[in-house]
Amino acid sequence: MKLKRNVAVSENGFLFNPETGDSFIVNPIAKEILNYLKEGYDIEKINQLILDRYEVDLVTLEKNMEDFLKMLQHNELLDR
Amino acid sequence: MKKLDYERPILNKVNAGMPDKFGMKTKTATLSHIEEHSVHDILKEFGSPVYVISEPCIRKTYRTAHKAFSTRYPRVQFAWSYKTNYMNAVCKIFHSEGAWAEVVSGFEYSKAIENGISGDQIIFNGPEKSKEDLERAITDGAMIHLDSLDEFYFLGELAQKLDKKANVALRINLDAGIYPRWDRFGFNLENGEAWHALNRIMLHEHMELVGLHTHMGTYITAVSAYAIAAGKLADMAVRLQRKFNHSIKYLDLGGGFATKNTLKGAYLPGADTCPSFDDYAEALTSALLGSELPPDKLPLLLLETGRALIDEAGYALGSVLANKRLVDGRRATVIDIGVNMLFTAFWYAHEVMPTKLNSEQTENTTIYGPLCMNIDIIREAIQFPLLQKGDAIVIPRIGAYNMTQWMQFIKLRPPVLLIDEDRKIHVIRKKESFQEFNAQENVPKHLK
Ligand SMILES: Cc1ncc(COP(=O)(O)O)c(C=O)c1O
Repeated sequence: MKLKRNVAVSENGFLFNPETGDSFIVNPIAKEILNYLKEGYDIEKINQLILDRYEVDLVTLEKNMEDFLKMLQHNELLDR
Repeated sequence: MKKLDYERPILNKVNAGMPDKFGMKTKTATLSHIEEHSVHDILKEFGSPVYVISEPCIRKTYRTAHKAFSTRYPRVQFAWSYKTNYMNAVCKIFHSEGAWAEVVSGFEYSKAIENGISGDQIIFNGPEKSKEDLERAITDGAMIHLDSLDEFYFLGELAQKLDKKANVALRINLDAGIYPRWDRFGFNLENGEAWHALNRIMLHEHMELVGLHTHMGTYITAVSAYAIAAGKLADMAVRLQRKFNHSIKYLDLGGGFATKNTLKGAYLPGADTCPSFDDYAEALTSALLGSELPPDKLPLLLLETGRALIDEAGYALGSVLANKRLVDGRRATVIDIGVNMLFTAFWYAHEVMPTKLNSEQTENTTIYGPLCMNIDIIREAIQFPLLQKGDAIVIPRIGAYNMTQWMQFIKLRPPVLLIDEDRKIHVIRKKESFQEFNAQENVPKHLK
């Protein structure tokens, strides 16, 4: 699962998809995840990185992660 | 190393729409405490969901309303509209402040009596009054507000049999320049029906005409409507005086004042559009004082204000049950407060408040209740923060109509708490129990 190459994520959490012309705003943790995705990290590794840094349990994180990825998919931001 | 605060990752699409010309704030308000008690502690002790009512708020609101009218008109009396919230403790607070009772059924009438109100301080409204109800009201000297000619005949017969004079007022519907016009209750003024009925009452041996009444509707934001209605009732009283040399005791302008809740589909929040008690009082009393009513014999001004006296004092406390994603990408949050305990969600866009925020981030969210039915929606679309399962939420301004129009659908009703002036918490209605509820039923022998 990888972010489309031409999707740009700005420093202050602004996202632009040139294919559709849509823009998005993400919160800081989402920006962090997007950057990991851009790096090509797998979900398991991303989860571990987030768990290390944030006050959250694995079940909550997995639920939220799944939902977030669904939203990326829904908005055509991921490579198939 | 201390870890960072977590919130779930979100992706919000930027809609290049027209900016709101009023620049309305999108910041989510939070509410962590009610009358000094933490919402978390209340939920922990009494379970979720639960209703909470603030006694200090009721008293403060009542005094503000009373002052607005009594500083402008010499004779003012409120009658607590039972149907709005008939928890006995709530009624007793209003009665202790001096309010009479306004009831619309035998059930409510019995409650008022149990709450220590004497019959001559009960206004008996409504289209359904049984034989037993009317006999009791005649005997007690209650103010019986006639709704139809059929009721006039029925009451006349009963009073004659009891050989008593019933205290009667006429419910009048009239054109006060507002829509919708509630013409299903009482007698119409403009077409002469009301005047005709008043003549009948005046000539009836077993009836004493004590008042004129109108209740034009509910959540009326046009204060001018009260000026028009008060003027029309005053004219009617003057006409009665002229023809029969009869002074009526009171003019009852009903309820209907708006609250700070926002009506569904309203463009501006209710907090910005709701007139104050002073606004209503100024319009209404100016019309009375400017009428032809004789200054030395002004009738008592009765008010049956309901929602505006209690909405603000009530809260529904609950929790997030689940977060979901709808097919179109919208967020859905399911909470344990449904339309079963928040009937007013059908006409209000209720504010739903978290107890704390980890950030300013929000998502466009639909908030559903827990009932297994499609119409159980608390908010269709609200910019809502990122809550997790188990997080507490508070719905403020729910004191009116929810604790009377609540329904027993698939689950039992939650407890009702009252926080008193010393900030002590009392359970004023127990959580319903399965045993009590089931005991109402009877299974025929052949099905046992
Ligand atoms: C006869 C009568 N009086 C008073 C009220 C209270 O109205 P509100 O809550 O709008 O003040 C009602 C409510 O429907 C009513 O029917």
